[in-house]
Amino acid sequence: MIENKSIGSRIFDKFNIVLMIFIGLLSLYPLWYALCLSFSSQYAVNAGLVMFYPVGFNLESYKVIMSDSGFFQSFWISVERTFLGVVITMVMLVMMGYPLSKTTREFRMRNVLMWLVMFCMLFNGGTIPWYIVMKKYGLINSIWGLVLGGGLPVFNLILLINFFRSLPAELEEAAIMDGGNPWQILFRIVLPCAKPVLATVVLFVAVGHWNDYFQGLVLATEEKYYPLQTYIKQFVVNISQTTGLSAEQISSISNLNNKSLNAAKVFISMIPMLIVYPFLQKYFVNGIMLGSVKG
Amino acid sequence: MKRNKKAQASYYAMIAPGMIWLILFNCVPMVGVVMAFENFNPSKGFFGSKWIGLDNFKYLFSLNDAKQVIVNTLIIAIAKMILLIVVPLVFALLLNEVRYKGFKRTIQTIVYMPHFMSWVVLASIVLTMLGYDGLVNHVRGMFGTEPVIFMSDASFFRKMVIITDVWKEYGYNAVVYLAALTGTDPGLYEAAAIDGASRWKRAWHITLPCIRPTIVLLSVLGLGSILNAGFDQIFNMYNPLVYSTSDILDTWVYRIGLINLQYSLATTAGLFKSIVSFILIIVSYALAYKFADYRIF
Repeated sequence: MIENKSIGSRIFDKFNIVLMIFIGLLSLYPLWYALCLSFSSQYAVNAGLVMFYPVGFNLESYKVIMSDSGFFQSFWISVERTFLGVVITMVMLVMMGYPLSKTTREFRMRNVLMWLVMFCMLFNGGTIPWYIVMKKYGLINSIWGLVLGGGLPVFNLILLINFFRSLPAELEEAAIMDGGNPWQILFRIVLPCAKPVLATVVLFVAVGHWNDYFQGLVLATEEKYYPLQTYIKQFVVNISQTTGLSAEQISSISNLNNKSLNAAKVFISMIPMLIVYPFLQKYFVNGIMLGSVKG
Repeated sequence: MKRNKKAQASYYAMIAPGMIWLILFNCVPMVGVVMAFENFNPSKGFFGSKWIGLDNFKYLFSLNDAKQVIVNTLIIAIAKMILLIVVPLVFALLLNEVRYKGFKRTIQTIVYMPHFMSWVVLASIVLTMLGYDGLVNHVRGMFGTEPVIFMSDASFFRKMVIITDVWKEYGYNAVVYLAALTGTDPGLYEAAAIDGASRWKRAWHITLPCIRPTIVLLSVLGLGSILNAGFDQIFNMYNPLVYSTSDILDTWVYRIGLINLQYSLATTAGLFKSIVSFILIIVSYALAYKFADYRIF
């Protein structure tokens, strides 16, 4: 590529790089800020002294968490639901996506079922009917309410279907000639080719389960059944539910919270995602492009 | 032909578990929208409660709260929609001008990370920063300004909601633009450079036209989320003092339904939202198909 090396162009390049670094730091800062708060002394946090590094470095908050059984109970519920949720969802989505990627000639009910699935993605009954139905199913305070309650993630299903359809037909034809049945074709031929899209969908499903607080909030009646995000929401934002407080009252309530401890809990809740993200993100751009927007 | 029948049976077996899940957890709750036309009584269930036709809708639209909430929803959602088309586009164009591949990829990876963080976590961090003795007031104090209780300032709160959401999502939205940009033909740039076009001219006359279909597509598809002002974000950040500017349909439905237990009214408001969104999404897909040849599947 021929480059225009004028002075203006070079200044722009330098400026652009600085801007991009600034933008990158801006995206990381809240995360870093939470980490700094969690290692700072409570006095420094309450006085607003923490900005770019921990002030009054100590591990007090983490020690307190280590002896907090409620936190670990919630942490464990989140781990359990995320694990079950990812395994069950992936198995169901893959088995559902493959037949739906066939043409009507190969799978007669394909279009009817596809319209039903699409309708479920575009329309929903709202929170209240959902809550009443969950109650009828007996899924209050149950891990299965958290795992299955959100319903089938249709958007992820469509990513899979679009990917399966983009695979060349010759791939399967050879296997059909050799007498392979659809199960063998799906698990031995199609899935090994689908790694990027599978990684993408695993990331989406796992993050969805890990980050969900709402199902926990609505379906769990006691704190010991809360998944981690609901547990965190409970101590951080519970002032928003109380009505009739003045501004001063709200700010004094938020002062009573131990912000350093809260920040430590918030940071720990992000660790699993920070571990998984670098591994899955390299597939993610390809996966989402293949699955969704074409052309 | 016999082979085909066997394959059909396998396909049905594959699809059955997922379909059962879909029907039990996605479809059955839809039946519950009948509550919007009833005076719902939990002990009598969906089909035993008294049918009152459209009275719930009439009552809903007579409420001042409902009007306020719909206006708030539209303002917040439209502001987010426009900014989340423009900001990612500008960012993608600037990042595209960077020539170091590794640097480019690193920045891209970093900026879409906030998309994967939950609003519970981000709200707690933002609220701490904006608290009475939080970071922002501390910085203001260094310039001799009096501390402000940001969270009780209704007009500030709405702006803050819009800005933080754009901060969280722009990197993720830029992914689509960046992918479209890698698809542009490098030959075009070379030809233009030989003809003496400046970088600015190349960006304006080549890059932008090349990704115009993507811009049109994303704008059109955004139409479907015109009533989605972001429940998770606002629910985790707001407080009663900012209801006047920042209470949206979804948070209002949550409060009247699950806090005040007015099940029928909450379902009615929810159904209103679902129907409007449904129609808009269909329209947006039709437009996207027409103008950008886009198909969802």
